[in-house]
Amino acid sequence: MNKGAASGIMEALWGWPPPVFDPAGPYASSVTTLAWVLFAMGVFVTGIVIAALYVAIKGPERWRSKLDGEKAVWIGGIAFPAVVLTGLLIWGLALTASLTEPITGREARVRVTGEMWWFRVEYLDPAGRVIVRDANELHLPLDRPVVLELLSADVVHSIWIPHLSGKMDMVPGRINQLRVEASRTGRFGGVCAEYCGGPHALMGFVTEVHEAADYDRWLAARAARQAQPVTAGATPGRPGTVVRDPAEPQRYDPALGWALFRDTGCAACHRIAGTEANGLAGPDLTHVGSRLSLGAGILPNHRGTMIGWIADSQSIKPGNRMPSYDRLSAEELGHIAAFLEAQK
Amino acid sequence: MQQVAVAATLLTVVACKPPPDDRTSLSADAAERGKAAIERVSCGSCHAIPGIDWPRGGAGPSLEDFDDVGLIAGALPNTPGNLAAFVRDAPAAKPGSTMPPMPITAAEAEDVAAYLYGMNDE
Repeated sequence: MNKGAASGIMEALWGWPPPVFDPAGPYASSVTTLAWVLFAMGVFVTGIVIAALYVAIKGPERWRSKLDGEKAVWIGGIAFPAVVLTGLLIWGLALTASLTEPITGREARVRVTGEMWWFRVEYLDPAGRVIVRDANELHLPLDRPVVLELLSADVVHSIWIPHLSGKMDMVPGRINQLRVEASRTGRFGGVCAEYCGGPHALMGFVTEVHEAADYDRWLAARAARQAQPVTAGATPGRPGTVVRDPAEPQRYDPALGWALFRDTGCAACHRIAGTEANGLAGPDLTHVGSRLSLGAGILPNHRGTMIGWIADSQSIKPGNRMPSYDRLSAEELGHIAAFLEAQK
Repeated sequence: MQQVAVAATLLTVVACKPPPDDRTSLSADAAERGKAAIERVSCGSCHAIPGIDWPRGGAGPSLEDFDDVGLIAGALPNTPGNLAAFVRDAPAAKPGSTMPPMPITAAEAEDVAAYLYGMNDE
């Protein structure tokens, strides 16, 4: 497997200690505890079975006759597993019940919708109104519980951030809840953990945990950007932050890119807040220039990957719902990429 | 007698002109580091590259058999120095190139060149 390229997905599944044994928050800790206890129980029971086998084959006659009786089946085969498994089940459910506790009002709320094959992410205010629309990444405040409201737009998906919580299915026609909380800052990968067709294995995202104050500033800035009224004509984005080719400073022009973005049909599926680009079928691109990954957690975000994705996303993520725009010239792709880089 | 022969051989080797500065060492270590850099910046988003299973994008030319190609991007002699300069900042190395500059260091660019030359050696 290609470690570097699949950033979000590899972060979720690769590394030492394995992310699932390296909890970065209280909810993940309870899942990890449960995993270790089940593992220990498995080792214990396997030990008993091996010991019984040894006695049955090589043990003294007196012991073998004891194993032989109906009583041994009742005790070892029925009573013991019934008691142990019931106990483990009750304990395990109690341990992880906190992951799905109902909303108290104190938590940050984020709605995450599984789509084929990416994650729609919407930040909600306490009243449940959408204030920021984003995709394929999740920003979280440190040491504050966050409730993820999980939906699906099509088939069953499942969200899994091994460092932060357990898995939870995203089921069409239903809202599931999952709590996450991070006790250290950093980036953690996430994946879809339920086979959802075609490029399921390339459906991931990146989670970034901020200090609480940084998170509040970050969310307020994004909410302000998304609330901008629609203005026709002007090129959206922040012209001051445009990254141009150092060798040829004027070569790629975000304004030309914006015109191409509208005329080529990108706006039919992609939204950029404050513009007439209001397509909702694909990921929201209002902040795509600062995205931590492209293609749903699979590519780093820079000029080259942006061009490669637009020109031929079907080679990179076969079957994904964005067509390969191989009819655009290299110049046109450069203009569009320069425009998208300015959408911070 | 044998020792004299070895000494004479060594003297001959030492007396040779040093290699020119633009020669890059194509060591296995460099190739390995180059592969890591290729995976990190995801050159495969646009190029099919031997040894990189995924992605194998189609926006740029395939780099299969790249070590046998005569000119880089149809313009530059296919030398390690040119290749390292090109993969790091293509528009500077070949004005008009449609490949954008890559977020890699000069040392990483040399490693990438080492990988691209070494990849087809069986």
